[in-house]
Amino acid sequence: MIQPIHSSSGPGDYPTYEPGETVALFIPCYIDQFFPQIGEATARLLTRYGIPLAYPDEQTCCGQPAFNSGYWEEARGVIHHFCKAFEPYKWIVSPSGSCTAMCRVFFEQVDPDERIVGVGRRVFELTEFLVNVLGVTDTGARFPHKVTMHSGCHGRRELGILQQPLALLQNIREIDYRELPNIEECCGFGGTFSVKMPGTSLAMGKSKVENIVKTGADVVTSVDISCLMHIGGMLRRDKATRHIRCMHIAELLVQE
Amino acid sequence: MGSDQMHLQGAPFLKAENAGLYEPAGSQSMGIAAERSTRQNQELIAAIPYFQEWRRAASGIKDYAIGNLDKLLVEFEKNITARGAVVHWAETAEEANRIVLQIAQEHNVKTVVKAKSMVSEEMELNHAFASAGIRALETDLGEYLVQLAGQRPTHIVTPALHLSAEDVGRLFADKLGEPYTAEHRELTAIARRHLREEFVKADMGMSGCNFGIADTGTFVVVENEGNAGLSTAAPPIHVALMGIEKVLPSIHYLPQFLNVLARSGTGQKLTTYTHLFHGATPGRKLHIVIIDNGRTKILADPKARMSLFCIRCGACLNACPVYRRVGGWAYGWVYPGPIGAVIVPQMVGLEQAGKLPFASSLCGACNEVCPVKIDIPHQLVHLRHRAVNERSPMNLWTERLLWQAWSWMFRGRRRYKLAMAVVKMGIRIAPFLPWHPDKLGAWTRGRELPEIPPQGSFRRWWRTTGANLKPADRNTP
Ligand code: SF4
Repeated sequence: MIQPIHSSSGPGDYPTYEPGETVALFIPCYIDQFFPQIGEATARLLTRYGIPLAYPDEQTCCGQPAFNSGYWEEARGVIHHFCKAFEPYKWIVSPSGSCTAMCRVFFEQVDPDERIVGVGRRVFELTEFLVNVLGVTDTGARFPHKVTMHSGCHGRRELGILQQPLALLQNIREIDYRELPNIEECCGFGGTFSVKMPGTSLAMGKSKVENIVKTGADVVTSVDISCLMHIGGMLRRDKATRHIRCMHIAELLVQE
Repeated sequence: MGSDQMHLQGAPFLKAENAGLYEPAGSQSMGIAAERSTRQNQELIAAIPYFQEWRRAASGIKDYAIGNLDKLLVEFEKNITARGAVVHWAETAEEANRIVLQIAQEHNVKTVVKAKSMVSEEMELNHAFASAGIRALETDLGEYLVQLAGQRPTHIVTPALHLSAEDVGRLFADKLGEPYTAEHRELTAIARRHLREEFVKADMGMSGCNFGIADTGTFVVVENEGNAGLSTAAPPIHVALMGIEKVLPSIHYLPQFLNVLARSGTGQKLTTYTHLFHGATPGRKLHIVIIDNGRTKILADPKARMSLFCIRCGACLNACPVYRRVGGWAYGWVYPGPIGAVIVPQMVGLEQAGKLPFASSLCGACNEVCPVKIDIPHQLVHLRHRAVNERSPMNLWTERLLWQAWSWMFRGRRRYKLAMAVVKMGIRIAPFLPWHPDKLGAWTRGRELPEIPPQGSFRRWWRTTGANLKPADRNTP
């Protein structure tokens, strides 16, 4: 029973994608460096739908870490840099709910300049782009494994992202989807929160891990690999849960 | 756990010398109780299709009320004074204490029975009474328990959320000399027996105020135990404490608020008792103390003003995964949980409580349940911004320097690559370090670091492969 309450753009508010329009990929820094396969899966997936892609080489980060830590002045420069890189593009797609929320909802707080806010508003999270913009709910993927899904709070509460990844997952061939109990509860990552209040962060993560174990899944997926970095870090720490793999939803959606 | 260490000065979250945030493990039963409460409330709310409309309406009314506090408070004063109440204005907690003590002393009051009031906690009124030699007794069951135990409330609605029935049984045996029991019914009977006598003996009764209604000059107190009714009706003097933000423009809006407050607070359709006070009853005295105590500081910040909409239902506390684990005391002052992390730093100053806004993963569970739709996570980030810039324990030049370096690194592709190479190197050598400092240690305490992908970055893949992908012939559906 989850109701996204203040989604800044609910279904229906999405602009129309005209065939042939270029989509710029925003691959957040931690994906670029630690999880390149997610960026790759995103690119392959979009390419399948005949979408010409671009990857602005100047991109780095959306500014979220500094913004959430209160350092808005420091975030501003990075956001400007982001906007310079992405300004030419009408469509920007990112495999992260959290970074998308930063761009779409919070750029405005740091710099209300129309151009900055405008670029931020053109950023879409991958699954919402697939479902709400392209109208795709079945990517034709096949993934014969027991899978559960973690729902990142930021994307869900700021942008209303939940049904999109669920629909896409459930249409995967031969998947054994297991619903995660208390799916709406925070996993305890929270960016710098994870190292500012490690004890509490880990206690929250422990509940999440327990719920994952309860599902019996071998794979945990999410639209946010940042949460999975924390959850996966905990899963790998313990022998009993080491076999549970963390995979971004894009990785599942390209499995054939 | 003496009460004194729970006072603002000793509050663990707020101590400047605390490097990190204080993280006690809250009592487990408390977390479970809070979680259960959220689930029950949400079930009740889900059964009402128009509940979201109610929230929007309540939020809108509060927006108007907070925007017109000056006019509405004066209107409230005028209307209730016309019916024999005496209204006092207090800018600070000390001033409010002085006013209350003066009223008590003028009437030679020896004992006071108190219904639940968070403002009274803010004022530490019980201390003021004690030092004036006046006996003050909390009559709300939860407040009674924490008072008896010499503690502070851990929750704004259910003050003794941290105590189990066994704890209460031991407390009663210890302090009241009652035979030990952990039976809820028997425990309630014991408390009732002890409290009943007090209502009759008391010289003065006190209450808080849930809503002060301007157009009719009425104030409203909601409760479930009947103790507020007795506290305010039995003794000859009733003194009510009211924060300035409690005012509502019109009695017409009251049902809206009663509807959302009971459901969000205690999972009830309506509280058991709803008292409407229109003025002094003949032969008895009614005083109302209207208190600022830092609220106008919140009013002064347009980006934070929304936090004054709070009707103290406690839903955000119950829903908060951090509160559930650290408990109410960790926040160090009267108001814990997400709303506490927003209003306390503003009321007592960022200098003292500048760390509180950081005590959150920004998950937004609070905002989802708040009946007046306070945007708590956004307020927290706003206050973090203030905390790192204004005088506060978070304004550290070392940390600023790091973020400045970060910002510089992330404003250019080459620098970014260099920074990332350093990070990766750090991760590679981390397993060989005898000990992990600071933030790294905080991570690896219970988590593995991410693995370094052998194939290199996405950038590299894009250059070699990605850029050459040919859009498939499949058309967009
Ligand atoms: S902030 Fe909202 S949810 Fe929290 S106590 Fe106040 S009214 Fe209730």
